[in-house]
Amino acid sequence: MKETIVSVQLPVQEALEIERNRLTPPVGQDGGKRICIVTGIHGDELEGQYLAYRLNRVLQAHPEHLHGTVDIYPAINPLGINSITRGVPLFDLDMNRVFPGSENSSMVEHIAHEVVEDIRGADICIDIHASNIFLTELPQVRINEMFETELVPLAKELNIDFIWVHAAATVLESTLAHSLNSIGTKCLVVEMGVGMRLTRAYGDQLLEGILNLMKTQGMWSGDTQPVREPIIGRNEVAFLNAEGAGIFISEVSHNCMVEQGQTLGVIADPLTGQDVQVVTAPEKGLLFTLRDYPVVYPGSLLGRILTGGFEK
Amino acid sequence: MRQETLYTLDTPYRQKLAVEGFRFGRGKKCCAIVGAIRGNEVQQMYTCSLLVRELKRLEQQGAINTNHEILVIPCVNHFSMNVGSRFWAMDQTDINRMFPGYDKGETTQRIAEAVFSAVQGYDYGIQFTSFYVQGEFVPHVRIMHTGYENASLANLFGLPYVLLRNPKPFDTTTLNYNWQIWNTNAFSIYSHESDDISTPQAELSVSAVLRFLSRVGALHYTCHNGYMSAILQEENLASVHTTCGGIFHRLKVAGENVRYGEVIGEILDPLTAEVKEQLIAPTSGTLFFAAKNPLITQHAEAYRIIRRMYS
Repeated sequence: MKETIVSVQLPVQEALEIERNRLTPPVGQDGGKRICIVTGIHGDELEGQYLAYRLNRVLQAHPEHLHGTVDIYPAINPLGINSITRGVPLFDLDMNRVFPGSENSSMVEHIAHEVVEDIRGADICIDIHASNIFLTELPQVRINEMFETELVPLAKELNIDFIWVHAAATVLESTLAHSLNSIGTKCLVVEMGVGMRLTRAYGDQLLEGILNLMKTQGMWSGDTQPVREPIIGRNEVAFLNAEGAGIFISEVSHNCMVEQGQTLGVIADPLTGQDVQVVTAPEKGLLFTLRDYPVVYPGSLLGRILTGGFEK
Repeated sequence: MRQETLYTLDTPYRQKLAVEGFRFGRGKKCCAIVGAIRGNEVQQMYTCSLLVRELKRLEQQGAINTNHEILVIPCVNHFSMNVGSRFWAMDQTDINRMFPGYDKGETTQRIAEAVFSAVQGYDYGIQFTSFYVQGEFVPHVRIMHTGYENASLANLFGLPYVLLRNPKPFDTTTLNYNWQIWNTNAFSIYSHESDDISTPQAELSVSAVLRFLSRVGALHYTCHNGYMSAILQEENLASVHTTCGGIFHRLKVAGENVRYGEVIGEILDPLTAEVKEQLIAPTSGTLFFAAKNPLITQHAEAYRIIRRMYS
C-alpha cells in the first residue's frame, strides 16, 4: 500500500512528499516482524532504485511466501533525485548529517525527524547508498564499531562481498543509520556501485541477500540462493589518494587483487602528454573501491585496498 | 605587513590555488582571523580586506604592541568564488565541515588541514562566516559550548549580542569548534550579509575586531566602547515557523523590535496573492534572525526572536 509519510508544501504549487510502499502478508501469515528498505538520501545515488523496483516485484509476485511487513522507501530525498543533486536543493547540509532531525527546526530536519519516527520500531532497516559519482564500490556493508555485535551477524546474510567495521566518529552520529541504531532499530548501511548509474548485477546480488536475510528472520519462505561469505575488515583499509592534478587513467579493473607496488594507473596531463603521477598500490590486497570519474585534484580518492581479513 | 602564501594546491585546468595570509606585528601568536571559506562569503572576504588595510595603517603608525602577531587570511576558497559556487566546485564538499583536516586525505580535507596548521597556536581565533540556513542575522559573536569556551571574552568585541550554541554533530568539523578543542579562544562573527557587500556592516565588524584586539593588549587603538553584549543561549530564542509554503512577505527585518501578537510576516499564495498565513510574534523582543528568500517552504524557520528579557 502506497502511503505518504511526510508532506511539506514547497513555495509554488507543489508538495515535497516522501512515500513508502508497505507490503504486508496475507491474513494469518504475519509473523509480526517489519523490515524497512530505505534509499535515496543522496540524490545522486541511484543503485537503490533498481533494488527497490526488483524487491517490489518479487514480493508482490509471491505474497504466499511473505511472513512480515516490508516497507520500501525509494526516495528520502526526492527533490535531489529529481534534480540530479546530491543534497537537498537549497539546503546547505548533507541530508545524512541532520538525523535524527527535529520537529521544529529547518524543513529538512523536520523531514529527517518524520522519517526516523516512521522507521522507529522496525526489526531491521537497510539503508542503501551508491558511493557517489566519483567512485565505484564493491557491494559492502559499513558498520560503526559501536554496533558491531548486533549488526555483523545480520550483514553476513546480505550476500555482500565485504563488511567494513569502521571507527566511530562524532560527525557520523547524525546519519540515519546511527540515529536508528541509537534508538534500538538495527540499521545496516549498504554501499555499492557508483553514483548516477544502475549496476544491475549488484542490485540482483543484494536482492538475493535481502530475501535471504528475511528468510533467516522468518519473514520469507520462498526460494533463496546460498549467499557469499563476506570478508570482514576493520582497520585494514589502505586509502589511495591522488598526489597530482590531471586525468586518472586506470590500468586495473575494480574488484581485483593487487600486489604491493603494482601500477594501478596514471594521472596524466592532457596538455603535455606527461604522466603527473604513476599510481601504485601501497599494499597488497583487494581493490574494493576504484575511481570512476577521471578528473582529479591532489587528494582526490582513487581507490581503497582491503589489506587484511582474507584468511577468514 | 608581511604577505605570505600559506598553502598551494595544484589543480586540473586552472592556476594553482594559493591561500594568502597577511601577518602584522611579531612575536607571540596572538590572533588569527579567517574570512571566506565558502565561495559566496563575499562580505566576509571584504570585511577581512578592510581589516588588512586598517591593520597595515596601524602597523605603520607603530600601534601594534610588541610580541603580538596577528594573522589575517581574507579568502581560503577563491576557487569556488570565481565560479559562483558556495562549496568546493568539484565535489560540493564544504571546507568548513572538514576541520581539523587531514594532509593525506581528500582535497578539501587537505586544504582544511593546511589552513588549520596556519591558524593553530594563537590565543584567539576569529572567523567571519555564514550560517547553513539562508537569511540575515543581527550582528553577533557566536561561540560553541565545548567546555573550553569563554563567553565573557566575547564581550570584548562590543557587539550587541553573544550567542552560545550547543554543537550538533555536524558542527564538530567546523573551524570554530576545532579551534576551541585545540586551545584557541574561538569566535565566529556574523553580520547581515554574505553574497552581497554592505560597507556599514563590514566596518562594524572591523571596528569590533579592532576593539577586541585593543582590549586583549595587541593594539593601541582608540575607539568607542561599543555595546555591553547580551549573552544569549540559542535554545532560548523564540522561533517562528511557517505552516505553509508560498511567497514570504517580510514585514520586519533582523534587528527590529517586535511586540507579542504583532504580525511580522505573511505567506502569500504565489498565484493569487491571497494571504495564506500571518506570522505572529510569539513574544515581545528583537528579531535576531529573519529569512530572506522571497520564497519559503512549509516548516521553515522564518524568524528567531530575542525575548524581551534579553533586550
